[in-house]
Formats: sequence, structure tokens, C-alpha cells
Amino acid sequence: MGGLSGDTWVKSARQVEREKTRRRRALRSGSVATASTVVFLVLLIWLLTASPGWPRVQETFFSPEAFVRALPEVVDGFLLNVKIFLIAEPLVLLVGLLVAVVRSLKSPIFFPLRALAVAYTDIFRGVPTILVIYLVGFGLPALELQGMPTDLATLGVIALTLSYGAYVAEVFRAGIESVHPSQRTAARSLGLTHGQSMRHVVLPQAVRRVVPPLLNDFVSLQKDTALVATIGPLEALRQAQIHASGTFNYTPYLVAALLFILLTIPIARFTDYLAARTQRRRGQ
Amino acid sequence: MKGDMSPLLAIKGVWKHYHGHSVLRGIDLEVRPHEVVCLIGASGSGKSTLLRCVNLLETIDDGTIHLDGREISDPRVNADKVRQRLGIVFQAFNLFPHMTVLDNITLAPRKVHKVGREQAEEHARGLLARFGLADKAGAYPDRLSGGQQQRVAIIRALATQPRLMLLDEVTSALDPALVAEVLGIIRELKEGGMTMILATHEMSFARDIADTVCFLDGGVLREHGTPEQIFTDPRHPRTRDFLRTVIGARP
Repeated sequence: MGGLSGDTWVKSARQVEREKTRRRRALRSGSVATASTVVFLVLLIWLLTASPGWPRVQETFFSPEAFVRALPEVVDGFLLNVKIFLIAEPLVLLVGLLVAVVRSLKSPIFFPLRALAVAYTDIFRGVPTILVIYLVGFGLPALELQGMPTDLATLGVIALTLSYGAYVAEVFRAGIESVHPSQRTAARSLGLTHGQSMRHVVLPQAVRRVVPPLLNDFVSLQKDTALVATIGPLEALRQAQIHASGTFNYTPYLVAALLFILLTIPIARFTDYLAARTQRRRGQ
Repeated sequence: MKGDMSPLLAIKGVWKHYHGHSVLRGIDLEVRPHEVVCLIGASGSGKSTLLRCVNLLETIDDGTIHLDGREISDPRVNADKVRQRLGIVFQAFNLFPHMTVLDNITLAPRKVHKVGREQAEEHARGLLARFGLADKAGAYPDRLSGGQQQRVAIIRALATQPRLMLLDEVTSALDPALVAEVLGIIRELKEGGMTMILATHEMSFARDIADTVCFLDGGVLREHGTPEQIFTDPRHPRTRDFLRTVIGARP
């Protein structure tokens, strides 16, 4: 008999039996999952290939020759997407954080700024991103202002920053408001000013909490760089369009889609990982 | 005690309303340097509100509060400057969870009082050692017991060398086994000559440590006096009722 009082513990027969059952169950769930996945995939492929239009679809969307032919130029265009994303993302974070902090200011002297911040988030969350891209892409250069950028990719970055900045500002604001008021009280009671309390106590906690939703917005921004195609720079979707319209084969679109997926999947998994980690910490 | 008995804190005729309900109804209270004042009374009697008013976390609706002879209830007074001279400790500790114990303690000295990091940390480590927490400097608050967290919160308030400490039911959220370690720290502060106002439910502790005990009831300061007088010879019938219910013994 194990488990009696004392300092050495010997597993009881009961516990050994229990662990054996658990292992058996785990094995069984594993095999069930594998089997059902295989059956599901086979069914899906059969359904696709058995459909009457399949040969045509296969030729126009899954042509290996067209894939290889389009790949270099679509990849080339995709590098522009990555560049747009890498420049827009820090700008989005900056604008979002700034707007969220401005909205939290209480002093009457900041009223105009606060009103501006509210108007900004209201307007740019309301207007569809593609419209913002059109308006910025064609409207800004039309002003013919000195020093106004005319490079299409730059205009795309400006438009995406305006649109996503509004979303991210709301994410940050939600984070700021989720920090319990007693934290601010404690900071103020130590003599810290509003700004100091915000910087050292509220924001560090707020930012940590909103990392998963922020990453989610990043994923969204990554694929929305393709919307910039509408004003003309040669990014992945635009390159794919050019190829497709030249050959009447749509495989280049598949190339572009795959590239976007390759970029977003790692971030999506990372988001999941962070969310799970937060969950675990809360559970402790 | 010093011969000069001019009050460090003078509260005169203070009123505070919440949603049309009066929480403080004309409170008068003076606290002399090195004096320990215990506020007793049922929950909702206004003890916490009074402390929050002194720290300007709440604005008062009438009356005046003077600290070191200067009125702090004037709206033109810079509240941050006043709070720099006061330390407050809350029932729920309110430590900053994203900072280590050491950073919690040195934040105000470094950012508000512009003490160098090295010097602030040295002072903080000294305080931690004095109160038996030397090994916790690098720990995060969620790794500490409630009693340890509350001791850190007290040290955090002490780190800026306040003129006056306000302690708001600092043991109410602790299980009984941990209360003693927090009360120990407060006793040590009294021995060091710290001026304090405590809102507390620990009657035996109040009796033991207070120079003056004030009984609050429905936002009114019904009675104040030495612990002996309040606990053995309460004059006001409401004080007698209250003590009978909390202590269970007939005074």
C-alpha cells in the first residue's frame, strides 16, 4: 500500500490504474482526431475534383506553369506590401497611442485637441479603408501643395495610417480604461502628476493588456496593404492583376494569396500564444 | 513630545456630500505633531472619506483643512504638491503590479522628488531591511502574501518621508494570521515619532497605539478622547452602543 503517512510516497495501485486509463483515453482521442481529419480532407478533395467545372478551374487557378511564371514578379510586388506594412505599422501605433492619450486629458486647455481626437476616430472608423485610400491617393496630390508626396506607395501608407490609427486608438483607449481607477489613485496619492501617473503606471499596464488585439489589427493591416493596389503602385495584387489580364490565367492571384497567408500565419499564431499565456497567468 | 503644540493638521467644519447624501457632517479634528489618531466607527461612518479628503483625493463641500498652518482645501492649491507631503495606504494595497517591489517604492522619490536612482534604491533597500522584506526587493507584488504586500505599500508611502501618514483600514483585507505583521510595522512607526491618522476596525490595536481615539457615526464626530476614556468611559450613548457591538463586552 502506498500513500500512507510519511515522507516517502509510493504510488498506490489505484493511482497506477488511473494513469493507465488516462493514457488509454489520450491515445484514443488522438486516433479519433487523425481519422476524422483524413476522412474530412478526402471528402473535400473528392467534392472539389468531382465538380463538373473542375478541369477548367484547375487550369485557370492551379496552373503550375503560370505559377512559376508569375512568381518572381508577384514576390517582387509583395516586397512593396511588406515595406508599406513595416512603415505603416509603427506610424499606426504612434497615432493610435497619441490619440488615445489625448482623449484621456482632463484639463480644459486641451479641449480643442480632445475634440479633434474624437472627431478623428469617429470619421476614420466610419469611412471604409478603400475610400480613404482613394481620397488620399487622388485628393492629396490634387492639392498641389509644396512638399506633398506624390509617390503612390507613400500615399498608401498615409491612408492606411489614418484608417488604422483610428482603430488602434480605440484599442489603446479600451486598455487605458481597463486599468482599475485605484491604480491611478495610488499614483496620484504619491504626488505623481496626471502625466506621470499615465506614463509610469497606467500606460505600461494598458499596453500589456492590449497586445493581443493589437496584433490582430496588425494581421488585418498586413492584408489591407493590398487595397493600395487600387491607386496603382506595383504591389503583389497589382502585379498579379497584370499577369492575369495578360494570360487570362488566374493562378497569379493564388500566388499573391499564398504570400499573404505566409506572412499572416506566424503573427496569428503568435497572437494565440500571447492570449493563451495571459489566460494562464490570470488562472494562477 | 515637543513643547510646541500647534497642530500639524487642522480640520474645521468639513462637509462632504455624495449624490445628495451627506457623508461628512461638519467634522472638526486637530492632529498635533507625533500624535497618533485612530478613527473608529461602523462601515460607512465616513472614516475613509475623511482620509481621502485630507489627501485631496476628494474635494470637500464645506469647511477648511490646514496642513502645517496652510490651507490645503483652497482650490488654487496644487494638489500634487500637497500629496507629496502626505503618505496614504489603502485597504487593498494598490501596489503597481507591473513593477518590482523596489520600483514600486522608488517611483515617487525618483519621479516626483527627483532623487537619483541609486540613492532612492539605497534608501528603499534600507526600509525593506528594517521591515523584514530585504529579500523581496526584486519580487513582483503578485508573488507576495497580503501581509507582505501591505507592508510594501506602507514602505512605499514612507519612502517620500511624509509629514503625515494616513492609513485606511490597512488590515481589513488580510487574514488574521497576517494582521500582526502589518500592525507591527505601524507600531514601529509610532515609536519613530510618525504622525498618523488610522481608520481601523482593530479595537484592541487602536486602544494600544492611539494617543487620541475619535468615534465617527453617520458622518459626525460624536466623541474623541484618550483610548482609556473612550474604551472604559464612553460618554456618548452611540459610542457605547458601537463599542458594545464590536467588542461584545459592556464597558
